Amino acid sequence: MFEYAPAPESRDVVDIKSSYGLFIDGEFVEGSGKPFKTIDPATEEKLAEIASATSDDVDRAVQSARKAFGVWSQLPGSERAKYLFRIARLIQERARELAVLESIDNGKPIRESRDVDLPLVAAHFFYYAGWADKLKYAGYGDARPLGVAGQVIPWNFPLLMLAWKIAPALACGNTVVLKPAETTPLTALAFAEICQQADLPPGVVNIVTGAGQTGAAVVAHPDVNKVAFTGSTEVGRIIARTVAGTDKKLTLELGGKAANIVFDDAAIDQAVEGIVNGIFFNQGHVCCAGSRLLVQESVYDVVLESLKRRVSTLRVGDPLDKNTDIGAINSAEQLAKIRELSDAGEAEGAARWSPACELPAKGFWFAPTLFTEVAQSHRIAREEIFGPVLSVLTFRTPAEAVEKANNTPYGLSAGVWTEKGSRILWMADRLRAGVVWANTFNKFDPTSPFGGYKESGYGREGGLRGLEAYLDV
Amino acid sequence: MVSTVTTSLADVASSNAALRAFLHGLPGVDRVGADQRAAMLGTRSIKTTAKAQAIDLAISMVDLTTLEGADTPGKVRAMSTKAMHPGEGAPRVAAVCVYPDLVHVAVETLKGSGVKVASVSTAFPSGRSSLEVKVSDTALAVAAGADEIDMVIDRGAFLSGDYLKVYEEIVAVKAACGDAHLKVILETGELATYDNVRRASWLAMIAGGDFIKTSTGKVQPAATLPVTLIMLEAVRDFRATTGTQIGVKPAGGIRTTKDAIKMLVLVNETVGDDWLSPDWFRLGASTLLNDLLMQRQKLTTGRYAGPDYFTLD
Repeated sequence: MFEYAPAPESRDVVDIKSSYGLFIDGEFVEGSGKPFKTIDPATEEKLAEIASATSDDVDRAVQSARKAFGVWSQLPGSERAKYLFRIARLIQERARELAVLESIDNGKPIRESRDVDLPLVAAHFFYYAGWADKLKYAGYGDARPLGVAGQVIPWNFPLLMLAWKIAPALACGNTVVLKPAETTPLTALAFAEICQQADLPPGVVNIVTGAGQTGAAVVAHPDVNKVAFTGSTEVGRIIARTVAGTDKKLTLELGGKAANIVFDDAAIDQAVEGIVNGIFFNQGHVCCAGSRLLVQESVYDVVLESLKRRVSTLRVGDPLDKNTDIGAINSAEQLAKIRELSDAGEAEGAARWSPACELPAKGFWFAPTLFTEVAQSHRIAREEIFGPVLSVLTFRTPAEAVEKANNTPYGLSAGVWTEKGSRILWMADRLRAGVVWANTFNKFDPTSPFGGYKESGYGREGGLRGLEAYLDV
Repeated sequence: MVSTVTTSLADVASSNAALRAFLHGLPGVDRVGADQRAAMLGTRSIKTTAKAQAIDLAISMVDLTTLEGADTPGKVRAMSTKAMHPGEGAPRVAAVCVYPDLVHVAVETLKGSGVKVASVSTAFPSGRSSLEVKVSDTALAVAAGADEIDMVIDRGAFLSGDYLKVYEEIVAVKAACGDAHLKVILETGELATYDNVRRASWLAMIAGGDFIKTSTGKVQPAATLPVTLIMLEAVRDFRATTGTQIGVKPAGGIRTTKDAIKMLVLVNETVGDDWLSPDWFRLGASTLLNDLLMQRQKLTTGRYAGPDYFTLD
């Protein structure tokens, strides 16, 4: 037996304070609400007390953003670019610290925060920094920025979602009031420090921490010109209702129930890797996760056997161990939801399978799980689980694959696995999903737009299209 | 079950068309995906006790190699001595690998040590000669006492689609091996595509190779992680199909302990324990051994000794 000895990344690179304030007008200030704690989901230990912003605090943040908008939007694009490039470089310099902090607060494996999240965060700032002085050539004419953007982001990719929101907003000349998720505020607060380090003019970025009410106050504030939200479809609906009838621009990036479609002529070993990456990446806390596997019946047995063998090698445990593949579930609440839906899967008659795997006694954990004999009508095939749970279905023909893949209220992403190029194009034409990955999955790049169809939301983030959401076009 | 499958695999080689149909019917390999998987496994962090275990395992898997035009009996004797006693407390290596005309020197030096003698053959490294020459090259090495034969396939025939010629040569060389184990060198650097690596792996296994080996060490790229990964997948699938276990030997370009440990991680997470022994996995290398010894000493003593403290053989 070749057992890997523990290889923990050092926590010494991070300095978590006992309490954090709100970041308004370039300063950390007290919040007026009752502070809440953020915990390490792998150990349930308290990490820090976090200020809670009331609607008065949010109002102060919006005012500061409004004031800063006057300065920021008048800067030449090349000047805004300098700040964004500086921020991008500071993120790279502090990448290790930010990765460790992200893993501690979120529960995701350090391999992922180090190799995926942080490089993408920096890449996003670099990419949009490049646009700041070239907006005239983006195809939107001489479009002006919108003003103050109110942004509410989720806990699954705390810093990356911040980058997706803040980088294009700032590049276009807007200012920002951002609310990070209640369970993962630490990297956003570290980002506030980076804004100070970069000498970003006060008020250009404001960060207000808190629970749902804080987010609601950001969204509802009358002086906010643009609302951007990433999170659940349920909350997205509430936000759409709040914004309806105002002149606020809105982009929503919501849930998903993506089909990962494996044809019989696929490169099986790589398809299996893609299935694993599609659903177990980030503990399945991914809105575009490939949570429905559609396998052509003629290769069902071989794919399932390979998949089970591969899933058995996944290493679940300490997020800071460099060899961990699957970390902790982000919160007790999310764990309860995953359990509830998985139990429903069993109760409705699907066959549940998990590899033998020891889970730590403390913290929030869920073993990687496959459901076979799943029908389209099962809840686990229709509802977003947002956890490491894969529902396996089968199909016989390409047309049936398309029909089943599209038969969902969501439409964020899809994956197609085949060695036949023409089939990839045929499928991509018919799949109603914002992103269609071919022979890969969960691949992100700042140059590529991302967004959904149907209940997965509207608007696009990333790439040239991502500018549209922050310009008055 | 197993016997019927084996029979059907024998039919596979009944004609070039049948062989082609079978090899081209294997699932493809997506280059991007395979590279990513190998790169991800390359990030595994093997420390402390795991590193100590891996280093000793790697030493025991080394095929200590010298394949130079300038090789002499003295050089082979020195290397063979090192193979038996690489360093204090370190295990002996798996085998030494030399040209056929020097096999007798290695055999004499290694007598009773348990270290095997491997010999390259079949007009190594290009394989550009007649079957008669290749078979007699092999017979020469076997007669001199080689325990293992590392043959090269005819890449020209493979790339031109004459799979049957490649197959028949392996079968003929295998027959000439007698009791000696046959390692089949695919020279993956010349096969160019990963699909070809998978096909050549199956071809070598169907033809009776006991091991499949990446490279001669004379062509770049040699033993890359993705190529080794694909070959490990091939032996895994071959065993699942036929019940027969085949060994894997990456060779060429594995110079550091880090390289070797990455290979072991690949084995561990692709085919598992069954292949984690010198009987089923080898590392073909010349300079790797000293780096393994150096890292081994660093782990034991906490200090690096300079290169002068490790013998050059």
